[in-house]
Amino acid sequence: MSTLTLGPFNRVEGDLEVQLEVTDGRVRKARVNSPLYRGFEQILQGKDPRDTLVITPRICGICSVSQSVAAAYALADAAGVAMPPNGELATNLILACENLADHLTHFYLFFMPDFARPVYADRPWYADTEMRFRALSGSAAGVVLPARAHFMHLMGLLAGKWPHSLSLQPGGTAKPVQAQERIRLLAILGAFRRFLERETFGDPLETLVALDSASALDAWAARDPGRGDLRRFLQIADDLGLARLGRATDRFMSYSAYPSGGDRLFRTGLWADTGPQPLDIASIAEDPSHSWMVGGDPLHPADGVTIPDAEKANAYSWCKAPRLAGGVIEVGALARQLIDGHPLIRDLVSESGGNVRNRVIARLLELARVLMAMEDWVKAIAPGEPFCEQTAIPDEAIGVGLVEAARGSLGHWLTIRRGRVLNYQIIAPTTWNFSPRDAAGVPGALEQALVGAEVRPGETTPVAVQHIVRSFDPCMVCTVH
Amino acid sequence: MNLLWLQSGGCGGCTLSLLGAEAPGLFETLGGAGIRVLWHPSLSEASGGEVLDLLARVETGEVALDLLCIEGALLRGPNGTGAFHRFAGTRTPMIDWVRRLAARAHYCLAIGTCAAFGGVTAGGSNPTDACGLQFEGTYRGGLLGTDYRSGAGLPVINVAGCPTHPDWVTETLMAIALEGLTTQDLDAYARPRMYADQLVHHGCPRNEFYEYKASARTPSDLGCLMEHLGCLGTQAHADCNTRLWNGSGSCTRGGYACINCTSPEFEEPGHAFAETPSLAGIPIGLPTDMPKAWFVALSSLAKAATPERLRKNAVSDHVAVPPTIRPTKLR
Ligand code: SF4
Ligand code: SF4
Repeated sequence: MSTLTLGPFNRVEGDLEVQLEVTDGRVRKARVNSPLYRGFEQILQGKDPRDTLVITPRICGICSVSQSVAAAYALADAAGVAMPPNGELATNLILACENLADHLTHFYLFFMPDFARPVYADRPWYADTEMRFRALSGSAAGVVLPARAHFMHLMGLLAGKWPHSLSLQPGGTAKPVQAQERIRLLAILGAFRRFLERETFGDPLETLVALDSASALDAWAARDPGRGDLRRFLQIADDLGLARLGRATDRFMSYSAYPSGGDRLFRTGLWADTGPQPLDIASIAEDPSHSWMVGGDPLHPADGVTIPDAEKANAYSWCKAPRLAGGVIEVGALARQLIDGHPLIRDLVSESGGNVRNRVIARLLELARVLMAMEDWVKAIAPGEPFCEQTAIPDEAIGVGLVEAARGSLGHWLTIRRGRVLNYQIIAPTTWNFSPRDAAGVPGALEQALVGAEVRPGETTPVAVQHIVRSFDPCMVCTVH
Repeated sequence: MNLLWLQSGGCGGCTLSLLGAEAPGLFETLGGAGIRVLWHPSLSEASGGEVLDLLARVETGEVALDLLCIEGALLRGPNGTGAFHRFAGTRTPMIDWVRRLAARAHYCLAIGTCAAFGGVTAGGSNPTDACGLQFEGTYRGGLLGTDYRSGAGLPVINVAGCPTHPDWVTETLMAIALEGLTTQDLDAYARPRMYADQLVHHGCPRNEFYEYKASARTPSDLGCLMEHLGCLGTQAHADCNTRLWNGSGSCTRGGYACINCTSPEFEEPGHAFAETPSLAGIPIGLPTDMPKAWFVALSSLAKAATPERLRKNAVSDHVAVPPTIRPTKLR
């Protein structure tokens, strides 16, 4: 047996270290460490509750809007206020823009460059992949960065700036959309659609969204090999067996996303024992046994405490271990699409479970599905109608804000006493996925997913491990906040 | 020129903001200025041991370090150990890495308000004992100390902002690469004067409302945000309303207050961010360079003269009263 420490682990958001025990060229055990702690839950104590709208987005630069929305929802819950239709639509658009930009950045800048590494020089797809996806210099970066920046003009219009907007309010958004801006938004979405259809999918979004089974996906990919980056990825995935790589617990969760008019674009739920189940938020608890945190018994986040203890024995991460009814959970685009019931994702997961290939496919599918929804939301905006309900935050209240960030379920739990934040607890998506062990010694989702990964002779930073880690699109600053 | 970028106690938002650089885009801008990225945690291929080897070669001087960019606050806690952030893959606290590498850097740049002054990470009870590279809030010192000078003889260049605007970073880097930078180019907080000699108030579309003290009451109103909603645009050193964000945005264009994010200690304004503390109806924080008596006199005059159009539009979320159309001859 040998041990490996992997880090710095780049092209993930934030700082990550992974420790592996390796025997016979395979990972036998993995420990995942989030080595950076800033203490947002402590910083928030005693603040004016409205200040959470300024502070929580600064938890994370890649999903700051998701944090803003969770904080706004928590305040809205505490105040008992509802958004006007325009407020809901604009909030959805801002959140969707961030989530889609994340999926795009992840695929092109964080995930795909690993296939341009020299270890794959003998593969038939290597020359093409190397030219397209090489980090910093591949041809994809040259088209993706401008497309992303233009798409983010939607943020300029609707949120003032990104990251760290204060537009998102409990009662709606502070930026009313005027008639000419609504038209401009359609132009921005149209340009992004054309980019995706040309570069990413090589086909209309509708074609992709209509794929309803693994065999339909195979047939689609085979029809026009190499047209669009998704087909390029599928070819690589087939060749390298990425559908057999990085399987975790196959228990998935989604808080649901994008409410509008009493309905939601993506459903809420739990997926366990190969079927959908109702989700009971009350059964969430965070276990600090292996984290550098004070405390022993798992606590529900509404009663949670976050006090660091850098000297704690047996601890190896600043991340706590969240559990749902005691069980390990995976969150993210795959969870969302599975729970929502998209037939392609249901079929892929029934075939091979949660794995590197399926996580990436779900993310790209979401790019198409959500962009189509965004077009409808913009059309539904009614300039001149209200965007924001005035809110008075009560002096004594509790509130919960649940949202889906790009990388999965994000929850904020807020307690207000005497007009101040008494307690604020956050469970971020990567806290679920990159959880350390719990008191029973059960490893978190990534720790399980890494077991069995191949370590080639001489590898000190095994490339299979990198694919698995990045397939979760982790965000380490969120994880421990 | 070789550029090395490291992240510590921040949110990564300055990097993400930087990816939005436009016309030309980020990689083209850097390439055009002759800047070669040795390593960036979000963008580079090299991982693990490859990176540690590179850092070792930088430390011995084998690889020149022209530009060292640090993003995120420096975490000295707990108890001075730096253990709140050990650089992954090493047992070593990030503050030690930063001290060692800064000693090698020709130019050292703090990217964002966290790295410059401590920022939001140093807010509240400052649980991690966070500070900036050469400032701790408004006080000089920080991690590297008052006397630190990079190889070029400069203090740490504070490209402050939360996050910092992509252009503030690219233009500072380009200026260094093309012509070098001197202390004359930095303001009292060592921010590049190229953007810090402006105020956010300049070019704000709410300026007409400001003139007449026609003020917004609730988020989504069109009026000036200074009187009630906490806007510090008249005191904030940045060009956000003339340069714009993400194509056409800025905080005040997005409907919310400028919270002065380029400034040290912006994270603890002493009042709720979105509320203007006032005494007898007069905001406590007055515009930069304006004597209080003048402000009081001018604003009461202005209020008395506020046109109906502005009075109504200030508290509406769309143009309720359009400007009157007059035949040009009668002007
Ligand atoms: S909103 Fe702020 S920046 Fe705009 S005019 Fe008013 S004070 Fe100036
Ligand atoms: S407008 Fe003010 S708060 Fe907003 S980015 Fe500019 S300086 Fe920062």
